[in-house]
Amino acid sequence: MSEVLVLVDHVQGAVRKPTYELLTIAARLGEPAAVYIGPADKAAEVTEAVKGYGAAKVYVVDDAEIRGYLVAPKAETLQQLVEKASPAAVLIPSNSEGKEIAGRLAIKLDSGLITDAVDVVDDGGTPVATQSVFAGNYTVTTTVTRGTPIITVKPNSAAPEQTAADGAVEEFAPTISDAARQAQIVASQPRKASGRPELQEAAIVVSGGRGTGGDFAPIEGLADALGAAVGASRAAVDSGWMPHSFQVGQTGKTVSPQLYVANGISGAIQHRAGMQTSKTIVAVNKDDEAPIFELVDFGVVGDLHAVLPAATEEITKRKG
Amino acid sequence: MKIIVCVKHVPDATADRRFESDNTVDRVGVDGLLSELDEYAVEQALQLKEKAGDDTEVTALCVGPEKAADALRKALQMGADKGVHVSDEAIAGSDAGATSLVLAKAVEKIGVPDLVVCGMASTDASMSVVPAMLSERLGLPQVTYASVIETQGDQIRVKRDGDTSTEVIGATMPLVLSVTDQTGEARYPSFKGIMAAKKKPMETYALADLGVDADQVGLAVSWNEVKETTARPPRTAGEIVTDEEGSGAGKLTEFLASKKFI
Repeated sequence: MSEVLVLVDHVQGAVRKPTYELLTIAARLGEPAAVYIGPADKAAEVTEAVKGYGAAKVYVVDDAEIRGYLVAPKAETLQQLVEKASPAAVLIPSNSEGKEIAGRLAIKLDSGLITDAVDVVDDGGTPVATQSVFAGNYTVTTTVTRGTPIITVKPNSAAPEQTAADGAVEEFAPTISDAARQAQIVASQPRKASGRPELQEAAIVVSGGRGTGGDFAPIEGLADALGAAVGASRAAVDSGWMPHSFQVGQTGKTVSPQLYVANGISGAIQHRAGMQTSKTIVAVNKDDEAPIFELVDFGVVGDLHAVLPAATEEITKRKG
Repeated sequence: MKIIVCVKHVPDATADRRFESDNTVDRVGVDGLLSELDEYAVEQALQLKEKAGDDTEVTALCVGPEKAADALRKALQMGADKGVHVSDEAIAGSDAGATSLVLAKAVEKIGVPDLVVCGMASTDASMSVVPAMLSERLGLPQVTYASVIETQGDQIRVKRDGDTSTEVIGATMPLVLSVTDQTGEARYPSFKGIMAAKKKPMETYALADLGVDADQVGLAVSWNEVKETTARPPRTAGEIVTDEEGSGAGKLTEFLASKKFI
């Protein structure tokens, strides 16, 4: 069975959940082989983590020489691994860096690229990817017809399945060109942990928009009562009320949780693009003509500053 | 300084976007416009020009059918100095890889500038891969997803908001830069700008002018095959209640409990 390369998504060796989702998808297409590009002293930890989710092999690439450079060295590394292992497919997490790595890799390998897959299945040896396009108004299924399929997969696209595998370590030392070492990471500031679930991984997302007037306390209160992540509309981010990393929408994050609660968000197309595929949608808005109400399973016409704190209290009481 | 800003003509996101029978995007039957996210690229190019001085030239570059010239016209109205339109029937249906090839060849034809500026994504396919592909093809550094841009001579420093961290990226020009919508509002064309744009030079190239063969681009050589496009069924209208003297919170809680979210 051919290998399926999975680029491990991690922060300083701490493996992130999308990696396990990708490994689970990889097992449908072939033999999952994790590619870890990171500090060598974290390799054992990463191997232990990924072999619990089906990684038969783990390629360990020490990033000491390339850590300070943007995207290009990782694309070169994957290119050399593909040439060596002739995998059935390469799966990459669909975040900004992942998509850029995938784009460069596709040009290098003259291979087909599918971005932002929300599902990948095997059809007689061919990976078939599902994408959600045009602000979630269309579903598209696509196959790669040239070269090694390179597919970037969005978070929450599969339920990670725990399954023990060998996790055989193979150290790999790529040859990195000078050309790939041009855009330098001069400084890096890790995002502060909020203590809440990751926006794109959360089962429930509670978001606030212009209607909050800049006061996110009611949003955060409800989020904590429900164990949810906090999101924001572009209006709230542009007003400087929330950092850009919280933004849901076309130019922020796309989320597809079990429950999305939009508060004080009118529901412009740019926002809908980021949340329309959520399973259940709830909105609280003062304006009964807000377009968000066209999407909802349940809506409350009212002031979020009154409705949310009261609902939060009620929920907390019920949870005991 | 020379700047090329790549702009895309896209179907209006607020219109009823759809696919053709061959599963390519309907780019004719739906009103098009300059991709909103490319307006930020034009804006940043113009700000860099204003900072660098009068000898800086901003060329707007667009690949697309005849109608796509509208996107270039908007860029010229905003203040770009000239337009280059690559238009050829053979390009129809091209994917990101083929589009990046045409863009790269056009950039080489115009003359590799100090900066190639792109938006962070298109508002139609929204893959966000063309700037990286362009950088790969041109062999230039990629400095992408910039939200704050600073230049000094041939040096550039940008802020990049990543998934898990915020980074400062530095590189030496020439390079490919992509900018996010966090870089600041794009200007509206002034009346003066609209009038001036009519006199600005606009060149049109066919593939042959760029040394690209028709069989290197288009739907036939696409890396992918779209099997199926399905319109998502409209969401069925939900229940809307009006909060009266605190009734909303109770009803909301009831709904969440009925769906087992509590």
